[in-house]
This record gives sequence, C-alpha cells and structure tokens, in this order.
Amino acid sequence: MRARRREIPWFPGVVLATLVFTAVFAAYLAPHSPTEGDITQKLIPPIWMEQGDSDHPLGTDRFGRDVLSRIIYGSRISLIVSLIAIGVAGTVGTLLGLIAGYRGGVTDAVLMRLTDVGLSLPTILIAVVLVAVSEPSFRNVILVIALLLWPRFARQVRGETLAIKEQDFVALAVVAGRSSAWIISRHIFPNVVPTLLVISTLQVGYVILLEGTLSFLGVGVPPPSPAWGLMIADGRGFLATAWWISFLPGLAMVLTVLAVNLMGDWLRDHLDPKLRQLGRAAVLEAPAAASVGPTVDEAPVRGAPAGGGGG
Amino acid sequence: MKLEAVGLRKYFPVASGFSLRGARGWVKAVDGVSVEVAEGETLGIVGESGSGKTTLAKLFLLLERPTAGSLLFDGKAVADFGRDDFVRYRRAVQAVFQDPYSSLNPRMRVGQIVAEPLPRDSGMSRPMVAQRVAEVLHLVGLPRESPALYPHEFSGGQRQRIAIARALVTYPKFIILDEPVSALDVSIRAQILNLLKHLQEKLGLAYVIISHDLAAARYLATRLAVMYAGKLVETGECDAVYAEPLHPYTEALLSAALPLHPSARRQRIVLAGEVPNPVSPPSGCRFHPRCPRVLPQCSSQEPEWCEVRPGRFTACHLY
Amino acid sequence: MRESAPLLVVEDLKTHFFTRRGVTKAVDGVSFTLHAGETLALVGESGSGKSVTCLSLVRLVPEPAGRIVGGRVLLEGEDLLQKSSAEMRRVRGKKIAMVLQDPLTSLNPALTIGTQVSEVVRLHQGLRGTPLRERVLEALRRLRIPAADTRLRNYSHQFSGGMRQRVSSAIALSCAPRLLIADEPTTALDVTIQAQYLELLKEVQASAGVAVILVTHDFGIVAAIADRVAVMYAGRIVEMGSTLQVFDNPSHPYTRALLRCLPDVGLKREQLVEIGGQPPDLARLPQGCPFAPRCPERQPICDETYPPTVPVASGHVASCWAVPGAKARA
Repeated sequence: MRARRREIPWFPGVVLATLVFTAVFAAYLAPHSPTEGDITQKLIPPIWMEQGDSDHPLGTDRFGRDVLSRIIYGSRISLIVSLIAIGVAGTVGTLLGLIAGYRGGVTDAVLMRLTDVGLSLPTILIAVVLVAVSEPSFRNVILVIALLLWPRFARQVRGETLAIKEQDFVALAVVAGRSSAWIISRHIFPNVVPTLLVISTLQVGYVILLEGTLSFLGVGVPPPSPAWGLMIADGRGFLATAWWISFLPGLAMVLTVLAVNLMGDWLRDHLDPKLRQLGRAAVLEAPAAASVGPTVDEAPVRGAPAGGGGG
Repeated sequence: MKLEAVGLRKYFPVASGFSLRGARGWVKAVDGVSVEVAEGETLGIVGESGSGKTTLAKLFLLLERPTAGSLLFDGKAVADFGRDDFVRYRRAVQAVFQDPYSSLNPRMRVGQIVAEPLPRDSGMSRPMVAQRVAEVLHLVGLPRESPALYPHEFSGGQRQRIAIARALVTYPKFIILDEPVSALDVSIRAQILNLLKHLQEKLGLAYVIISHDLAAARYLATRLAVMYAGKLVETGECDAVYAEPLHPYTEALLSAALPLHPSARRQRIVLAGEVPNPVSPPSGCRFHPRCPRVLPQCSSQEPEWCEVRPGRFTACHLY
Repeated sequence: MRESAPLLVVEDLKTHFFTRRGVTKAVDGVSFTLHAGETLALVGESGSGKSVTCLSLVRLVPEPAGRIVGGRVLLEGEDLLQKSSAEMRRVRGKKIAMVLQDPLTSLNPALTIGTQVSEVVRLHQGLRGTPLRERVLEALRRLRIPAADTRLRNYSHQFSGGMRQRVSSAIALSCAPRLLIADEPTTALDVTIQAQYLELLKEVQASAGVAVILVTHDFGIVAAIADRVAVMYAGRIVEMGSTLQVFDNPSHPYTRALLRCLPDVGLKREQLVEIGGQPPDLARLPQGCPFAPRCPERQPICDETYPPTVPVASGHVASCWAVPGAKARA
C-alpha cells in the first residue's frame, strides 16, 4: 500500500530552502564581492583540488572573482527574475483566462487566438530580437520573459474556468442575483488558485532556464552581474583548463530547476482540485469505475513536463 | 403572486462543424410550454431525459433566455423588467439543484454560501445577515456552529439542507426544485422530502418540483405536468392524474414506475423504442412512434391542447 | 432446484481499504449462497459495501488500497480467491460476467460494437470467421438490438443509453456465463427504458439459466425482479431472505425503516417515516451494531456487541438483537 505523504519531499525542499536563504542573505553569506576580483588571484581551482585555496572554496574565474560568491548572488538574480516575471505573466494571464473562460463567445475566441499566437512564437528568437532592439537590462529581461509566459497561464486558467463555470454553485450565484465580477472573484478564482500555484511553480524552472539562456547569449542580464547564465558564458573559453567556472553555476541551475519541477509535481498531486473535491465519497463509491484502473483518489496524476538540463 | 409561462420555447443551435455562423439545426428543448404556479401550491413537472424539464427550470430561473414566448411574474413580462423588477424576481424565485456537491462552492464557508442571495444593497448590517443565516440554518435543522464550517465537513444530506437554507434566506415565494433528492441516499431522501413539505406548510412557499422520480413528485406535488420531447402532454390535479392518466404516455410512464411490493408486480406497459431525437422530432404527435394506442392521424396532425375534463388538459387525438 | 449444490458460496468475505484515514472495512464478513438461475439483489446505500462485494467476487478490488483480507468465494466448488491472476482472467468473462452502471465507460469508444463483442467471444470460445460472426449476431439479437448486422459497424456513441446497456449486456452474456453481476444496471436509464431493460433481463435470464447478482439501492427494482434479497449496511448483510419474506416481514429495523421511508407511486402519503442521522463513517465504526445510533429499537447491548445472525423463518435471517432468539444465541 502506498500512503499519500503530506509532508514536503526532502530533496526539493532542501534545495529550494537553500536557494531562498542564500538569495535573501547573500550579503552575509558571500565571502567576497561578486563583481570585484583580484586579478592576481585568477583561475584558482576549487578547494578539493591541488592548488586549491581555502579563501576561495569554489575557486575563482578569469578576473579573480570568487565563484562561490557569484553563485550565491546569482541565486538572488534567478529568484527575483522568476518571481517578478511569473507575477506579471501570472496576473495578466489569469485575468485574461478568467475573462475568456467566463464570457465565452467572441471575447473568448479573440483572446484565445491571441494566446495561440503567443504560444507559437519561437521563444528564444523573439527574446533575442526583443532584447537586442532595446538595451539589455534587468527590467527588459523580466518583461521579455513575462511576455512569453502569459499565454501559458491564460490557456490553463481558461480551461479551468470553463470547467468551474459548469458547476451548479455558479448557476445558483446567478439565481442569487450576483454580478459577473462577484462570481469570477468569489466562485471561480478561488477554485483556480490551486492550479495556478502548480503552474507557477512549474514555470519557475522554465524562467530560470530562459533567463540563463538569454544571459548566456549576451542579451540577458548585463555583465558584470553574477547571473548564472553569464557565468557559464564567461567560462566557455576555459572549459579544458578551468572547468569550474562554467560547471558549478550550471550545476546550481540544474539542481534548482530539478527541485522546482519536483516540487511542482508534488504540488500538483496534492492540490489538484479535481482530486480533492471527490473527497471521501471517491474511496468507496468509485469502485465501479475502478475495475478499469486504480481509484481516482489513490492515483496521482503524472505527466508533468520534465525539467530541462543545463543552460 | 403567480409565476406563469406562456408558450415558452427554447431552441439551442446545433453547431455545424467548423463554421461559426449558421446552425445545422435546432434542438427544440422546450417547444411551446404554458404552465402556471400560484402561491402556496406545488407544480410537479415529470418527464424523462430529453423531455426539456431541466431547460424549463433554467428558463424559470432566468438562466436561459427564451427563444419565444414569455414568462410572467405577477402579471408582468420578464422581457419588460426594469432593474428593480429583476432584484425583486431574484429575491422571490430561488432554486435547489440535484447535486449537493456541485451546488456548494468548496472554498466558501457555509455562512457565506447561505448569505449569498441577500442583496448587498438591502441595508442589512453584518449582524443582521448573520442572524438571518442562523435562522434559516435552524429552520433546516443544521447545528449552530455550521456557518463557520466548509461544505466538505458535511454529508450529502446535510449539504442539501445547506442548499435549501440558501434558497430560503431571501424570504422567497417560489422555489424551483430540480431533482432535489435524486442524488441522495435512500435513507436521506425521506428526511429531505419531509423537510421540504414542512417548510412549505410553515412558510407558504410555492414549489416547482422537476423530477423523473414519479414517487417523489407525487409526494410533494399538488398539480402535475407531464412533458415529452419538449412539449406538455398532460396537466391536472396530481391525484387525478395518478389515478386516471389521460395521455397514453402518462399511462406508460406511471406503469413503468416500479411499485414497492413484489405482490404488486403487474402487467406493465413496456414502451418500445427510444426518446426521440430533439433535433428532428417525429411529425404530428411526438409520441406516435412509441404509442400503443396510435391512430391514423397521429403521424400527420399535431394534437391540440384542450381541456378534456374540468381541470384536466391533454394533447391527444384520443379525446 | 434448491437441493442441487449452490453455484456460488461466499463465506465470511472481508475486503478492507487501507487509506490515510485508517482502515475502512468496506466489506466485513459477508456470506451468502446463490443457485443457478436465481436472482439475488444486494440492496444498500452508498458505502454499504454492495459494490465492493461484487468487485471482490471477481477480484477486481482497486489495489493497492483495497485488499481482500479473508473469506472464501466458491464458484462451482472452486475457491476463486486461491486462483492465480491468469486463471482469474479466464473466469472473468467466461464464467462470471459484469454489467456496470454507466455503459458509456464500459464500452471502448474507439472500437466498433462488432469488434468489442467478437473480441470477447473469440477470447473465450476460440471461434473465428463465419461461426464467430454468427455467434456475435446471436448475442446482439438476444438482447433485441434492432438491425444487429448493420449496427455491428457502429461505435458506442451512436447508441442511446438504453441500447448501450443492452450492448454491454450482450457482451456480458455472449459467452454463456454462469453468473452475471449487474451493478446498478438501470440507474443511468430513464423510467420507461429501465422497464424495457428489466423485462429483457428477466427474459434472457430465464432462457439462459444464468444466476444474477443485482446490486441496487432501489427497492422498486428488487420488488420487480429479485428472487432473494440481501440488505447491506456498513459492510455487512443485516437481513437476507426471499423477496416476499423480506417485504412482508422485514425483521431488521433498518430494512423496516428503509421500506417505510420511501414514497410510493401508488399511494399519497402525508408524512414519510424518516431514518434519523447520517450513514456511518466506515473508518470509524462503533464497537457494536453500526446501525445502533440511528435505530429506533436500540438497546444497551447494541452498543457493545455486534448481534448474531438469527433465523427468522426458513431461508430468512436477520442480524439484530431485537429479533427473538438473538440473545439466546449470543
């Protein structure tokens, strides 16, 4: 028998807690400045290798900047970019998804075609072009990512809205004489929140990768900021001699994305409203359907998008 | 006060493939129905799936706009309603639906759910709202602490009580009951049916009970309307219809209902065939392909709606 | 008929569900026998264990949460619970067939009806070619599916609800099973279509001599077609007897209450007799009789010990302390 565990899984929990902790307390944790380096101290290998230096546990890059400090500050960039981009895209996407789903008809048709267009844009290319025509800046990276992200929210929220709209409590709210604004905010939105939480989490991984890619291509966060993607790009020329400059931030990125995706999967299994609403009745009254498969209550929905690799 | 449907029709377009414009046909869900409910009485609307009874309920609740015909409230057509009339209508006409799981928002507390129909501009203060909510919850027999709880903390029967409390909160005159006990356990049905009857006597409510369960309809209804394929086939005093059905469909429907004792196993009129496709219903009388007493003119001529006996209306060529 | 060996003997069947909230005793010691050609109705409310009992008979309890933890299920003398899953697959479909509540989900929407019926016949009877086709048509015609030979090419969505249920039943009966388990077969059907289906079921059963276990919550259906009734409450059979015995002399207070609380089409009643309270929570059953909290005839002993099963008349038993002789047996 497989018990459904309520507690948060340890691996993503530990990784994400570490990430948030380092991002918040970067200034206290980092042993050196992330941007200032001592050129005489360049290309020192990590501490466990020969010629390692306890002053720079993860070594230094070609300008003598401390890799550990840069990774720590880099987590702050990844986190801020993800939070703001997802916040903006989530708000816009959710709003449009709610309206499209609830209104239906022409509104829905127009908004959804717009979403389809948004979803069929070649992501990286558009990002490169957009950032290239404007100045590469922190703000622009966030805007570009948000622009590419909102249709994902809009589509998912619209689908969910369509399903919730069919519930009797929505019809009864109309009978009660309530306005559309009330129905959307009190009946539909709260029931979309769990899904929203799941997709937001799953997008964090995507945003970190995208930001990494953009920074790597030189159209992301401008140097000398310690963005992980930039660090990987920086170390490109030294892969044979000083692999740690690229590899360690890459590892940080992979671990973070993996952790976020695992967390998203876990959230999906535990928050999915369709699974939860069935509640107590499902265990005993579903067996008729169960002869073709496991009970709804016991089978977590699998099939989350797999987390990508490094930048 | 009176709620009256006059020649009410509701057609739904059947979309034709990919094109947005131009329907391929129409589902005639409700096709010319005239019924009325007066204060304090219970109209039972019975029929099988596809008879249009649920669409009729939605028309009464202004959840659908009629294609033709009109709905009169207190003699005034809904089509001519002003804002105040709508508010008054919403307060006077409430609903209880079949599925007590789908009718309660899982993320709202019972107190909020029950208070929802109270208009915000009614000038009621928070304590007054809470007071009214407590009153109706008491009326339906729920514990005092219910308002602070969420729906999932209640069983199916209790949830249906919450749904009834919400319908009562605005002091309505009419409650549309759409299959109010069909989703409930057998042992709970009696509780809810008794509660509905008790509330009606106490509060002078009028019910429209929509049901495929002839026994439940009979228990509550004073007048009965039988629907088939979007049309009324018979109306009359409930006891009279059950004792002596006029229309062959009513007769078959009553005979198909299972009696509660094995010794009452009797010769049933088992209808051949299926409920007709509402996109292209049969010509003439819609029941004629299944009718055991079909006459030659039934397939070509639509029977007229007429009063066969005092208070007994039917549409059938036999009369 | 009664003298011959019973077709099915179920002894002390126990199926439990192991969930986060604890052990749910969905079926907790169910015993009954069934003879060939007989119809036994399992009646109960949701959570009474009637569906899980049926799933246990064919070993389709949803695992891993649910497990059969005890008892014996003897079909023609062989214990089904001891069989390997490969052997069980041969029993299902060939000896025991099932009809479920929703015919839409029990038919595969991507295959034609003909393919689905022939698959079963081929699998269990090894027929091919013309004899297979003949057999399939015969199966469909027996359930009076009009124009069977042309409808073989149709998909399930092209059938109405009533016709779909007939197709599922045709599939179920195509291999001449000894036992048919029908789980709420008419709940999704309209009143007039339900009447059609029940008539047909009775007729086919009589001609094929198949035994039927009919799961239902509707006493009307029981009154209409069952030979014997077993009333279930909280995972146990509380009363069992011939249909007439149970309707005329209901001996368990729960049966009495259920029969009295229903509105009847034939009568106009002023007030229905209610059963108070709520159905029990199977994960937290009381120590004694689970019906005691709702029972109008409750005694002190009811809260302490589950009552023994006492014969009321020949072939009629009830499990209740109020039945005369119950205390003498304890």
